Amino acid sequence: MKSVIKGAGYILVHTPDMVIHNGTTQTTELIVNPESEYLKELPSHIRSFEDVLSYYPNQVYIGNVTPDELAEVPQPWCDKTCPSNGRFGQFGQMMPQEEFLLLMQACDVFDLVKLEKDFVAENKAKLAENPLIDEAIMARITDGIESAEVERLVAEEHSEGLYHHDKLVGCVNRAHDIDVNLSAHVMHENIADKASSVLALLAAVKNAGIAKEDVEYVIDCAEEACGDMNQRGGGNFAKSAAEIAGLNNATGSDCRGFCAAPAHAMIEAAALVASGAYKTVAVTAGGCTAKLGMNGKDHVKKGLPILEDMLGGFSVIVTQDDGVSPEINLNILGRHSVGTGSAPQAVIGSLVTDPLERNGLKVTDIDKFSPEMQNPDITKPAGAGDVPLANYKMIAALAVKKGDLQKADLAKFTVEHGFTGWAPTQGHIPSGVPCIGHVRNAIMDGKMKRVMVIGKGSLFLGRMTNLFDGVSFVIQANSGAEKAAGVSEEEIKKMIAKSMKEFAAALLASEEE
Amino acid sequence: MDLENQKRVKEFADQYGPENVVVLLGAAEGEASGLAAETVTNGDPTYAGPLTGVQLGLTVYHVCEPEVKAEFDPDVYDEQVSMMEMVLDVDDIINEMSAIREQYCKYLDK
Repeated sequence: MKSVIKGAGYILVHTPDMVIHNGTTQTTELIVNPESEYLKELPSHIRSFEDVLSYYPNQVYIGNVTPDELAEVPQPWCDKTCPSNGRFGQFGQMMPQEEFLLLMQACDVFDLVKLEKDFVAENKAKLAENPLIDEAIMARITDGIESAEVERLVAEEHSEGLYHHDKLVGCVNRAHDIDVNLSAHVMHENIADKASSVLALLAAVKNAGIAKEDVEYVIDCAEEACGDMNQRGGGNFAKSAAEIAGLNNATGSDCRGFCAAPAHAMIEAAALVASGAYKTVAVTAGGCTAKLGMNGKDHVKKGLPILEDMLGGFSVIVTQDDGVSPEINLNILGRHSVGTGSAPQAVIGSLVTDPLERNGLKVTDIDKFSPEMQNPDITKPAGAGDVPLANYKMIAALAVKKGDLQKADLAKFTVEHGFTGWAPTQGHIPSGVPCIGHVRNAIMDGKMKRVMVIGKGSLFLGRMTNLFDGVSFVIQANSGAEKAAGVSEEEIKKMIAKSMKEFAAALLASEEE
Repeated sequence: MDLENQKRVKEFADQYGPENVVVLLGAAEGEASGLAAETVTNGDPTYAGPLTGVQLGLTVYHVCEPEVKAEFDPDVYDEQVSMMEMVLDVDDIINEMSAIREQYCKYLDK
């Protein structure tokens, strides 16, 4: 049995106040150097919701601009205005902060998120108008509390403040008095992750054209951990998001592997469906508040806006073969194993050339590679370079070493077989998967045949191993659809001819009457 | 440079003596290499980590610099580094690294 990509959802949440209050670059600076010039300068570099709507990479993420169109726009992009500036796109939407704070409250089932009542009254109708938000979610919104009580909770009860336009409008309470795993800070991070995952799930289910009841299993592949002092990473983000999203027939589990997790989760979803264990699996992830403004110091120093002001979320619906949707080829899987080593050559070999060679393919047989799709507008000013481009160069260089590509064609390869990055630097969010929506379209339109998605993860950050990790898989045109295409065209012509004849006959008959 | 790595570099310098430590970088860009090199010589330029204001002056090279390449078994270098050598702007890296070394390294002649 084959598994196919039925649809995908991509959402962004504009969280300017969380950049200042929750991004670790900023919270660390506040501890180490509270009087720093950076912290003073920062607020004047925050973008408005209108700014983020007209930012090219964001419009690519939600599907209003294609990666090819983005590649034609000269960098940098932060000083340019994208003519397409709607908040809704074919893959999802950009949600403003005020709606998101309400969604966070709706996603909290332990009465931890408190919003100020005037803030709720002012913004409730706006969230209700959101096409992805249904009555069940709106019914979870409470009336809110007095602002004095919010202030007291933050001042006296260690609650994490929720701000909007620099004003305290709510808070997230701690879920335990002494357990750090349930502190207000952790609960804030986890509920923000969950809420953005819920929004992504809703977008994906809608885009896939399936019923919520069809989803049997959800795999969450974000980078947060939920649990208490006896089981720090017990889970389960997947099922908790599925509950709020109304996926009543689903259970699920969390898959973790730093930035490589989305690619692992996609392979697991494809395998679960292909094996027949489940008919429909959703892979999902919400965003990471800690990474907001991660490279803010470099952006401010260079006079740029804070470009890491969006939480990202994505979800992909994997189903049994429908005869038309692009399929995940489980025969072409790359994996960085324990014995692979960390040299870039070995890494690229294990993820790209080894799986292709095992299937008699060369790198040039893959139309596009989708590795870490970080937006270079964000990473270049921070000294991290153009991450996707660096990956394409490595793939090309390895192809040169293997004699599959001429060295003179190295630069051309990076353009022809690579995408320009557009995803926010939210760790797991840019890792391979941002392309799936666009790739599904391109394959369905016959513009691409095979695309390789590569997920890589820096496991050493967890201090459990010095190893690096990565897996890759190939999305390809539905083999059934390829065969059916010619036949169905002939058949359609025959059917039209037949009905024309019948119509003419009926017309003649009626004239005779 | 990652705060944890700064801590480890500082610990090694304290343990073995700064004159006995060589820091080998593998950064993908000249600017990033320069920043890391500055951190282990003149101190953390971002004022965030344990090396803030700590001028260790350690000897620091990028793995693609000719002085380091000469130390390798050519077969090992071909297997482990040659692909990246093709990809990186090695001249830019050498320029950045040389400038930092000339300015801040304390143990180059030892």
